[in-house]
Amino acid sequence: MTRLHLAVALDGTGWHPAAWREPDARPAEILTARYWADLVLEAERGLLDFVTVEDTLGLQTSAFHRPDERTDHVRGRLDAVLLTAALAPLTSRIGLVPTTNVTHTEPFHLALGIASLDHASLGRAGWRPQITSRAADAAHFGRRTTPQLTDADVLDSELIAARLRGLFGEAHEVVEAVRRLWDSWEDDAVIRDTSTGRYLDGAKVHHVDFEGEHFSVRGPSITPRPPQGQPVVTVLAHAGTPYELAAAGADVVFVTPQSRADAVARLGGFERARQRFPRPAGEPIRTFADLVVFLDDEPGRAAERKQRLDEVDGAVFGSDALVFAGTPAELADLLLDWRTTGLDGFRLRPGALPHDLTAITRGLVPELQRRGAFRTGYEADTLRGLLGLPRPVSRYAPVGAGG
Amino acid sequence: MPVKQIHLAAQFPSVQHTVIWSDPAAGSQIDFDSFAHLARTAERGKFDFFFLSEGLRLREHKGRVLDLDVAGRPEALTVLSALSAVTTHLGLAATVNSTFNEPYDVARRLATLDHLSGGRAAWNVVTSHDAFTGENFRRGSFLDEADRYTRAAEFLHTARELWDSWRPGDFRPDAASGEFIRPGAGRFAHRGRHFDISGRFSTPPGPQGHPVIFQAGDSPEGREFAAADADVIFSRHGDLAGGQAAYRDVKARLAKYGRSPDDLKIIPSVSYVLGDTPAEAAERAEEVARAQVSPQTALMLMEAAWGRDLSGYDPDGPLPDIDPVPESVVTKGHNLYRSRGREETVRHWRKTAEERGLSIRELITEVTARPTFVGTPRQVADAMNEFVQSDAADGFVFSPNVVPGGLDELVDRVVPLLQEMGVHRADYTGPTLRDHLGLKPARRHFEETP
Repeated sequence: MTRLHLAVALDGTGWHPAAWREPDARPAEILTARYWADLVLEAERGLLDFVTVEDTLGLQTSAFHRPDERTDHVRGRLDAVLLTAALAPLTSRIGLVPTTNVTHTEPFHLALGIASLDHASLGRAGWRPQITSRAADAAHFGRRTTPQLTDADVLDSELIAARLRGLFGEAHEVVEAVRRLWDSWEDDAVIRDTSTGRYLDGAKVHHVDFEGEHFSVRGPSITPRPPQGQPVVTVLAHAGTPYELAAAGADVVFVTPQSRADAVARLGGFERARQRFPRPAGEPIRTFADLVVFLDDEPGRAAERKQRLDEVDGAVFGSDALVFAGTPAELADLLLDWRTTGLDGFRLRPGALPHDLTAITRGLVPELQRRGAFRTGYEADTLRGLLGLPRPVSRYAPVGAGG
Repeated sequence: MPVKQIHLAAQFPSVQHTVIWSDPAAGSQIDFDSFAHLARTAERGKFDFFFLSEGLRLREHKGRVLDLDVAGRPEALTVLSALSAVTTHLGLAATVNSTFNEPYDVARRLATLDHLSGGRAAWNVVTSHDAFTGENFRRGSFLDEADRYTRAAEFLHTARELWDSWRPGDFRPDAASGEFIRPGAGRFAHRGRHFDISGRFSTPPGPQGHPVIFQAGDSPEGREFAAADADVIFSRHGDLAGGQAAYRDVKARLAKYGRSPDDLKIIPSVSYVLGDTPAEAAERAEEVARAQVSPQTALMLMEAAWGRDLSGYDPDGPLPDIDPVPESVVTKGHNLYRSRGREETVRHWRKTAEERGLSIRELITEVTARPTFVGTPRQVADAMNEFVQSDAADGFVFSPNVVPGGLDELVDRVVPLLQEMGVHRADYTGPTLRDHLGLKPARRHFEETP
């Protein structure tokens, strides 16, 4: 059978808000390179396709849409692009996918940052563009306002998407402008021709002349084309509008099914978005399902642990993705069942770090390998290679140029 | 009087015509390995820091991307973050423009680099106002030239307020009490002419509190900005007398800000050429100059000054007899003539060429030459030391001519002599860039207002 793809989503000390209080947690170290290096090296030992690193421009909040004064949850974080850049020289195969805000940032800077991460990692960079969901973040920049989500909105992904539709439209433009900038240097633009004194072939470096509703960018990039040509763009999508963003601009989409039947429904919704935003042949999009996971070998133990964490936090933890608590073998059963809906892989959000990460790499991965459903060694040295995505030719290259 | 220690730094050179990309030993200007090689070499030489410049628009000449010089580079903070993983002590200095960025984003990125590197981050604050670069940004071109320094100063003060929005002890996760941060940590509000922002800052400050601040402008406004707010100023004075005059001027500006002369280090950008004998060094220096200014580069720089096409002229012949076109800009993104002005530049060039009978290429080689130490390793070590001990500088940023190996000889042959002379450290004595530069801890705002 074809093998599935596995990624982990790293954030703070794990996705449960009380995870930082576990005895094996290292909350005081979340601002150090060592902490993240240990996690990503563990993920690489587990042969995972990539790690994503969450980010928010503002301080973390416990609710998705508004600031709070809580002091009992993880607060304080590093810039995800720079953090993944520091991890690049310490790793050699695993993909590195930082999240960035696209509402309050300059597309030109975003293109440079991800391209530079791809250079530093020799072709292992991805990117998760994210719109701002908290109107309060706008005051950090003082240049614009963004829509305020209500407490009613956040109960329904379609209502969220409707309220933030304008920001999603802008995100389409950011992804398009960034992709043009990545292509703005053809692969062979640097010629070092001593006979004519030319370092560059100027005809192979292009203005991108992006003109959108929200902004324009002249280009070209100041950073030569990244090793992958196009780093891997990923989009987390819960509703029609973000499906369209993913269909138009992503290489990987993360969906959040609550059940196998829901996976079928969501992939159908995504397929409809793809029909509205058709991509050229040869540009596949990999579909991943997100799951929050609590894993222990002993049956029933993970659910107990999750319940204990809920008691510490004083609330039952829930998420936009399904929360799974069980054994690695039970999770393997679920993944292999769900993948028959057409999913290419899964992005697992460890409930607590490092416990649930090592349960993935040392429990789930061997279980999947035994079943012939996961790689036993890295088969490629770029993220596109691991995901089976071709390396695209620059859109500015003359037709017929090799790829 | 005790001898001064020389502060040594390295710049990864890019987009200057002084980078000899045609050298057989020249490697990639973009591969991470090139950056890692140069940074590790600097760290082997116990340098204070490694420095990256920035340019947010490729230069264009006669309507096309300038193809003669090295072009293309990674984003500075991203590559420095990666370098933090392959170095242990070396300071990591990024140039970040204050015009096409926002304080919140820059402050969190610099705090991140300071964390990742264990207290080795520095920020070279630069300003820009040109519409040419603005075409790459949402912000576009919006700044009057007169506002450049007021915006830069307010930008820096705002960044400092953001770093100071977390006090010592605010980030101290305590599982027993269940308190991850102190209440209100990171809260800030800044109301000023250029920035009106408020909220919660996402990132506690790094080990240095504030990263080390660099300033590169040599104008009176730039010097004043540095005296008020910077820890290091780059200057560009190659001769001893000029260096001493600038040094006196800059250091004298510090007192009115309540700072002592040691609080601001003056570090000019230089190059070097070594030989086993003085004659060999001189010969190599000539070769370097010839390789830096190709016939095509000489004509291009002449066209930039003349504001017109000169492709019919012989680079090895006399200067153009036709007059420059005033106000005509054929080269965009080049700041070669900013300090002197175009008309004055042309007048000066014609006079120099006539007096000394120089061809176009010879003149360009002459007028674009950088301050360079030329000689045997011993001569270079002595000249560097004299420059510093006689108060023409506190140290040097070496920008090698060839990437990535251009610093090797300096570290292998000159640095040991400086160490023997007792003017350069044999090993690092502290972990942070502030330690290397001998700077006081950052003055944090909350310490002044109880």
